[in-house]
Amino acid sequence: MSRLLTYLFGRLPIGWLQLSHNKARLVAAVSGVSFATLLVFMQLGIMGALNSSTVAPYGLLSADIVISSEEGNTLTDAGEIARARMFQALGVPGVADATPLYIGNLPFTLDNGSTVSLLSFGFDVSQPEFVSPSIAASFASLTIENTVILDRDTRGMPASVIDALMAGGRYEFEANGNTLVAVGTMNIGGGFLADGMLAMSDQTFLRSFPARTSSAPNHILLNVDDGVSVDTVVERLRDALPSANVKVLAADASAQADLDFMSSERPTGIIFGFGVFMGILVGLVIVYQVLSTDVADHLGEYATFKAMGYGQPFFLGIVFEEAIVLAVFGFIPGLIVSIGLYAGLRAVTGLPVEMDASRAILVFLGTLTACTISGAIATRRLAAADPADLF
Amino acid sequence: MAESFPIEASGLNHFFGEGEARKQAIFDLNLNIERGSLTILMGPSGSGKTTVLTLMGCLREVQDGSVRLLGQELNGANEAQLVSLRRRLGFIFQAHNLHESLTAAQNVLMGLQVHGNANPAKQRAAADHVLDLVGLADRRTYLPGNLSGGQKQRVAVARALVSNPDIVFADEPTAALDKESGHTVVQMLKTLGQTRQTTTVMVTHDNRILEMADRIITLEDGRVVSDRVPKTTP
Repeated sequence: MSRLLTYLFGRLPIGWLQLSHNKARLVAAVSGVSFATLLVFMQLGIMGALNSSTVAPYGLLSADIVISSEEGNTLTDAGEIARARMFQALGVPGVADATPLYIGNLPFTLDNGSTVSLLSFGFDVSQPEFVSPSIAASFASLTIENTVILDRDTRGMPASVIDALMAGGRYEFEANGNTLVAVGTMNIGGGFLADGMLAMSDQTFLRSFPARTSSAPNHILLNVDDGVSVDTVVERLRDALPSANVKVLAADASAQADLDFMSSERPTGIIFGFGVFMGILVGLVIVYQVLSTDVADHLGEYATFKAMGYGQPFFLGIVFEEAIVLAVFGFIPGLIVSIGLYAGLRAVTGLPVEMDASRAILVFLGTLTACTISGAIATRRLAAADPADLF
Repeated sequence: MAESFPIEASGLNHFFGEGEARKQAIFDLNLNIERGSLTILMGPSGSGKTTVLTLMGCLREVQDGSVRLLGQELNGANEAQLVSLRRRLGFIFQAHNLHESLTAAQNVLMGLQVHGNANPAKQRAAADHVLDLVGLADRRTYLPGNLSGGQKQRVAVARALVSNPDIVFADEPTAALDKESGHTVVQMLKTLGQTRQTTTVMVTHDNRILEMADRIITLEDGRVVSDRVPKTTP
């Protein structure tokens, strides 16, 4: 280690030697940085799960443009829009096809007596081109009255039911006074949105939600003609439709708007953002504390080096070297423990908590930056190393 | 100016404190020190000998008067000039001030790396050689915590000498040593002066080494009261 660093720095790795000389301090510092890294990873992991939950339903869809009511918040938390808008939209040049999308929360009582809510999507099953191929394949079976496709990750649903469904079986259950038959499964992973999800035909949907009417879906999905720019059609639609109560967004822009809403307007996003901030702060304080104590403990040696003719850059180099060592050594255990905890969280909650490379790199760079900032603050103590005090 | 003295002080005054508490520590000091000599500064505590040493060693700012060190005026010199000047000096402190995390050889190496490190292998060889000279060849990889007081002081001497400094400043280098080790250290400094023309200025109370000096200057209350050559100079 020492030899490698000597080679890297082109000088004795004094920072490393200093840190590793005091093993207790090194362990304390590294665990502090690991803990801060862990905190940030956990917050980001849950925030990432929230985000992927939010946009997961878009994975069901295969549409270019989404028209929604202005009063809605996100895809699954939407207001109602007059179906007449769909016919207006079909008249706009460049629009190839359109379909209504109905969304509602269906309460369902499990065998153990607890009630879960199933987020239900009602599609026009004669238009499978508006959904992803995995669901489209099942649309033929959904034409039969009261049949549904059930989310594999539905909380509280016995594994035997899912296994039977995946083996081609059926599962009959009652919800909202209506008997539904699950004939297949899908995999969406919208852990934060609901306990589970259902896909069904619009007819089954309207039967399950007697208060809803076919004339007021939640969204209108559009596909544009081949070779026509989606943005151009979005502009034309905005001109054609009354802007007061209708929002027209390209599908990816709509997903982004949902993310923005969840991270800035809903308390959950703010809470996790705050958690990340706290994690960074804890790390900063710990590293600052360790580095400044270390500088203070070595003032005599530093003063000697100053007397020998070493300049300020040399001392800054030592402190930053220590900061980088702490960042690297703290990050690795933090990352490993986080991956383990992510797996645990996934198993317990069914939330899509995943470690991806970009997050790991981001947190590593953050750790490095935070440690360097702490180091920079700690170097202020260097000024106290006065060689004239040595005599 | 080739024949000038390595250290020339003239009209040097120094003050400590501010305002009412301002107290003069050095009064109109004039002193030239010859190249290759071993000069001892003596005097009771508070006489200003350490202040003189730090002023000459670029460790304290010259307030009034002039100190020319190796031809460079210290009064008004900037930090960069002082740093580059310090690299031509060697310091030996009363406390050894070795870095506890570095081995004996690494501590000595620090005295060389201040000049850059273009040739690490050569530097290591030089550091080992100086450790041999101070009789610590078998202690190279020891941390200071595992060395005796005398051994630590000898490492500090090796660190000060490894870069062939023009001037060595030593503050009570023998205080922590027994008679024999103290004698060895001073003899090393003296030999260095004779072979490499290294100038040594040493503050000491230690009567055991006085006879080895070329010149003994005694200070009292910031003034030179005696400047003599010891009787038994060999």
